[in-house]
Amino acid sequence: MGIVSSSIARKVSMALSGLFLVVFLAQHFTINFSSVVAPETFNEWSHFMGTNGLVQFALQPVLILGVIFHFVMGIILELKNNRARVHSYKKYSGSANSSWASRNMIISGAVVLAFLGLHFYDFWVPEIIYKYVDVNEAMESRYYPELVHKFESPVRVGIYCLAFVLLMFHLWHGFASSFQTMGWNNKYSKAIKGFTKLYAVAIPLGFIFIALYHHFNQIPH
Amino acid sequence: MKLTLKIWRQKNATSKGSLETYQVTDVDGDMSFLEMLDVLNADLIENGKDPVEFDHDCREGICGSCSLQINGRPHGPKRHITTCQLHMRSFKDGDTIVIEPWRAKAFPVIKDLVVDRTAFDRIQQAGGYISVNTSGNTIDANSIPVEKDDADEAFNSATCIGCGACVAACKNASAMLFTSAKVSQFALLPQGEVEASRRVLNMVNQMDKEGFGACSNTGACYIECPKDISLENIARINREYLKASVEG
Repeated sequence: MGIVSSSIARKVSMALSGLFLVVFLAQHFTINFSSVVAPETFNEWSHFMGTNGLVQFALQPVLILGVIFHFVMGIILELKNNRARVHSYKKYSGSANSSWASRNMIISGAVVLAFLGLHFYDFWVPEIIYKYVDVNEAMESRYYPELVHKFESPVRVGIYCLAFVLLMFHLWHGFASSFQTMGWNNKYSKAIKGFTKLYAVAIPLGFIFIALYHHFNQIPH
Repeated sequence: MKLTLKIWRQKNATSKGSLETYQVTDVDGDMSFLEMLDVLNADLIENGKDPVEFDHDCREGICGSCSLQINGRPHGPKRHITTCQLHMRSFKDGDTIVIEPWRAKAFPVIKDLVVDRTAFDRIQQAGGYISVNTSGNTIDANSIPVEKDDADEAFNSATCIGCGACVAACKNASAMLFTSAKVSQFALLPQGEVEASRRVLNMVNQMDKEGFGACSNTGACYIECPKDISLENIARINREYLKASVEG
């Protein structure tokens, strides 16, 4: 069995791709949060992200590949792990020794993945059509109203909020866990763990706040 | 006290097992869990029935033989103890207790509650040793200075008794806590440096070959470990493995 196919190598690749997505999430949150405090800045940043060649044709494909890799590897690991226990226990008390978030990463991950499908349908697909199919002219002022109008529907806002709660569970275990998988264990471990837990709660709550803020502060069409 | 036991009965490795129900009476709170099973077996033998097979040896928490999944948890409801250290005062009169064998592809059931844990032996054989020159100029181990903290940590890792509770507790049936403890007890000492890279690569390779799952860092293994083997060992084996992989 080669090094690449070892269980530790798979987990390390999972941790690295997860850390990459955590960094992306922070950047995504920063831009989105600007829509609450400074709509012009949001338009400016969104325009830059949507038109910059490096972002569009280098970073965006890397990000999409990172997401695909993370969930494909997650599914591979889940299937392999399930095969490690052919006969399950008649009685299993998992909650006595581990958290729900740590035991159900595949569930929280699947919900986040389903949410990504909706999120792409809401924002990414219309953006691609606008720019590359209909070949419209770049218009910096369109991003803010488009964003606000997406949060008009209470059903969509509800789905977004639910997905962010599951994202919170996913990050709560996954972010801290990635450092353990990378072999990180030193005098800074406690502080790092504290930061990961803070991040896991703050970022999804921030996204929920943004969705609710725009839902209750709609602008005319 | 009077208890209802639901015990996994399986004739042999190939037959299909099932939970069977037994009643035990006059159970004293000061009995160990294994003594309670002794009482049940004495009763079964007296009535001409097949006694329940279960592993046990020292009955003082040292050997790592006893291996029962009790009410969904390895070694029962208390943390950091073996089944033989579990006393019946942890249960109430009228309780129903479900007793199952460790469940893992790498730990096939031999009979009833006895599983084959030789997968652990094979992991150990793959690298859990040091080579010492015994040709006549053997260096006394005590002449090699070791930092006190490292010596203590290596000793703590070496206290793993290989009972398999870590595998039984893990949702993935992962053997990372066991393997990491066995790697750590050498990785922390100068005597283990020579074979460090080969050791970790071979032991992880063997662990994967045996069919254990990957570590999800749930921490269940540590909670159920009778010897308090720390999760830091898992970070260390990951680190050692990455280092060995890079060095080639």
